[in-house]
Amino acid sequence: MIDRVRPHLVINERLIFEHSSPGKLGYQLPDLDVPAVEPEEALGPENVRAAIEHFPEVSEVEVVRHYARLSTWNYSLNTGMYPLGSCTMKYNPRVNELVAHIEELAWAHPYQPEPLAQGAMEIMARLEAALAEITGMDAVTLQPAAGAHGELTAILMMRAALAKRGNPRKKILIPDSAHGTNPASAAIAGYAVDNIKSSEAGVLDLGALEQIVTGDVAALMVTNPNTLGVFEENIMQAAGILHAKGALLYMDGANMNALMGIARPGDFGVDALHLNLHKTFSTPHGGGGPGAGPVAVKKELEPFLPLPRLKRSAKRWAYDYKRKHSIGRVRAFYGNFGVMVRALAYILAHGGPGLRKVTLDAVLNANYIRKGLEPYYELPYQSPSMHEVVFSDQRQAQKGVHTGDIAKRLIDYGFHPYTVSFPLIVHGALMIEPTETETKRELDRFIEAMTAIAHEVESDPQMVKTAPHGTGTSRVDEVAAARKPVLRWKPA
Amino acid sequence: MLDAIGARSVEDLFAHLPEAVRLKQPLDLPKGISEYEIVRYFRERAAENASGYASFLGAGVYHHFRPVLVDNVVARGEFLTSYTPYQAEISQGTLATIFEFQTMICQLTGMDVANASMYDGSTAMAEAAMMAVRATGKGRVLVARSVHPEYREVLRTYAANQGMPVSEFAYLPEMGALDAEDLERKMDGLTAAVIVQSPNFFGVVDRVREAAEIAHRSGALLIVLFTEAVSLGILQPPAAADIVAGELQSFSIPPTYGGPYIGIIATRERFVRQMPGRLVGQTVDSRGNRAFCLTLATREQHIRREKATSNICTNQALLALMASVFMTVYGKQGLRELAEQNLAKAHYLAGRVKPRFGGRFFNEFVARVEGKLPDQVNKTLLKRKIVGGLPLARFYPELADSILLCATEMSRRADMDRVAEVLA
Repeated sequence: MIDRVRPHLVINERLIFEHSSPGKLGYQLPDLDVPAVEPEEALGPENVRAAIEHFPEVSEVEVVRHYARLSTWNYSLNTGMYPLGSCTMKYNPRVNELVAHIEELAWAHPYQPEPLAQGAMEIMARLEAALAEITGMDAVTLQPAAGAHGELTAILMMRAALAKRGNPRKKILIPDSAHGTNPASAAIAGYAVDNIKSSEAGVLDLGALEQIVTGDVAALMVTNPNTLGVFEENIMQAAGILHAKGALLYMDGANMNALMGIARPGDFGVDALHLNLHKTFSTPHGGGGPGAGPVAVKKELEPFLPLPRLKRSAKRWAYDYKRKHSIGRVRAFYGNFGVMVRALAYILAHGGPGLRKVTLDAVLNANYIRKGLEPYYELPYQSPSMHEVVFSDQRQAQKGVHTGDIAKRLIDYGFHPYTVSFPLIVHGALMIEPTETETKRELDRFIEAMTAIAHEVESDPQMVKTAPHGTGTSRVDEVAAARKPVLRWKPA
Repeated sequence: MLDAIGARSVEDLFAHLPEAVRLKQPLDLPKGISEYEIVRYFRERAAENASGYASFLGAGVYHHFRPVLVDNVVARGEFLTSYTPYQAEISQGTLATIFEFQTMICQLTGMDVANASMYDGSTAMAEAAMMAVRATGKGRVLVARSVHPEYREVLRTYAANQGMPVSEFAYLPEMGALDAEDLERKMDGLTAAVIVQSPNFFGVVDRVREAAEIAHRSGALLIVLFTEAVSLGILQPPAAADIVAGELQSFSIPPTYGGPYIGIIATRERFVRQMPGRLVGQTVDSRGNRAFCLTLATREQHIRREKATSNICTNQALLALMASVFMTVYGKQGLRELAEQNLAKAHYLAGRVKPRFGGRFFNEFVARVEGKLPDQVNKTLLKRKIVGGLPLARFYPELADSILLCATEMSRRADMDRVAEVLA
């Protein structure tokens, strides 16, 4: 029996501004224990604003219901699986939320004196050490706020290291399968981008690489496993080619879930990489952030890490601000500490053996899905899959149904869509990453749903093209939204 | 599952990995621990941090009371564990809250459009500078020395390799406000943006209109930064700005030792296509009902790659939701009253501790410590369970005898009296 979604009570809800009426209140403040101050007097009449026009005026119960109702319009990991390739949407353990909310951690001010922040500093130091061990690198900065921010940080460090050697060079090489953030980050760091084509097996083409690496090339940015879910088997040779010409190897660590306890970037020639704590290390996505994007580097890049660095002096932790080769700050304060707490909790819960088990299970689950869907969907690259698998819509396209349509139909079976139309080197890509936290039962349900859709494409393509049919909101007109942007509410 | 795949063991699935890349020994990390042990570990670390202190630290991070509803809403798994709302049909909850967020930021700042949020205030300011460079076709950035020092450091890191020279202009040593003459002197036709903060790092309500006139006369844009969002409940919005960048930590984001926080960028209609970050727009679904979706994505990295307006991918959706709940709970009247309470507390403290600068201030001000060293004063205060103000020597050598004090609605009169006694 195949489970499809059933209609459910979805309460219509206005925008908060449409609930407002003058004088309604939802807050309480204590009485002042000091004399009140006349704003015009203290600030100058020219500096005092009039009431904020159309700002909400609602009662407490309206606030609660408003957000509760809106929340029911969301799909979430709490309700089901996100087979989003490259996003590693795994279960977010709730104990991590609890520890991140402990008062002395949540209310710590970044400028409180170092002797009164030893617990926070110890947490950061322990996380740095664990991430260095997992990646086989020498040093870690936790400052970057997200993956793309980590990429930028690492490229700035590589640039500084090359400049110190005498020449920062001009170009960064990026495979055609890379995430869009890679070229965008390289451009901000002042580099031109050269795209390199993948081989027929979907991996780095060593011959092509050999030709393209010149004295102008600063680095190669590679994702490993790459976005096809394929391990770059030639990674050590690629590192050799780059290093021989004085260039560096950067790894996008988005797919680290495929490698923990199995292989370490530091052992296969990588000079710098970023990690996504909100992917591999289970911190919640929160509808699109916050994340954190620590960067791990080899010894040669260590002097260039962002300021400040943690250092152990005598009996306690301190910050070192005096590092003359540092690229400087990439963010105020020390990074997304609240995200770090959750990630460390995850690492402590699993330990070394547990993290290896995570990777084994993630790869097992992806291969189980690959086997289950191979009869129905085109597999453009036959190379072994790691933690994710990429199909194409080639067969379904003959019926006029594309990857985006199949994805929308998946919603009617109770699943979040897979990653659509990425990587770009696969035309009409379906990129699927189940993660280790899904059960066999859930994977079977997913395979059944995808199989049923493949049959529906044959029998009723039009129905698939207009999916989803079971949602409160039907297909959304994104073209109209972009043509005439309405980006804020205004009174009618 | 292995049978279905046709493998004998899970290790078989890794057989194609070259021998040379394989990790030969187990990871050098202890074995996993239970939930109880995890909680105990973090409680022990928390106990090594400050506990039970009153604090007068501000400087970009503020202690404000967090309405109970905030955590109540963001703890809902439907918000906490959802993904970026690319699939609009099943993400209307997140999309609607971001649309409301963008609207409230416009109302607060007096701008026409606001994005779905940035990593934090410091990166928002750097991104705003890059945005001004794109919009004007010029390269130089002039930033006030009274802008948060760590924000200026981030700006320099971002600017270093983009042909974007950054120079600074002075503040008035008596007023603590920007030095308009120095700005005027340093302006030239190559300047893309002037960046000022208000209230500035010293807490002083700065001369935004003057800076705007000077910037606009030379064809530069004015970027106005704020780090204390509660001030917008009472202060004039920076209407003269072309771009507003800010930090919303004050809107019920716990200080959390420096992050995660939430930055914003708001601007005029005509600059919207130069904006970084995600934007939510209103549209309709195929049944004609109002709906929301991410829009104007052609600015973004996953479409434009190296030609994108920014490399930013994530925003801070969950924190935008926290800030939205905060703004909704306090509302029109509450945000004003909250701001008035901050004003009253800081002015009570300032009445007992003479401020160093003559400029008008909201909830922070610089105080000179006479006859003692700032660190000594703070040591004395620590013994009384009070974390004093931020000593300014690290950022401003000329203010080595001064501290930056902040009072909010959470500061108690008795603690402020103690600070005054020790400082006297």
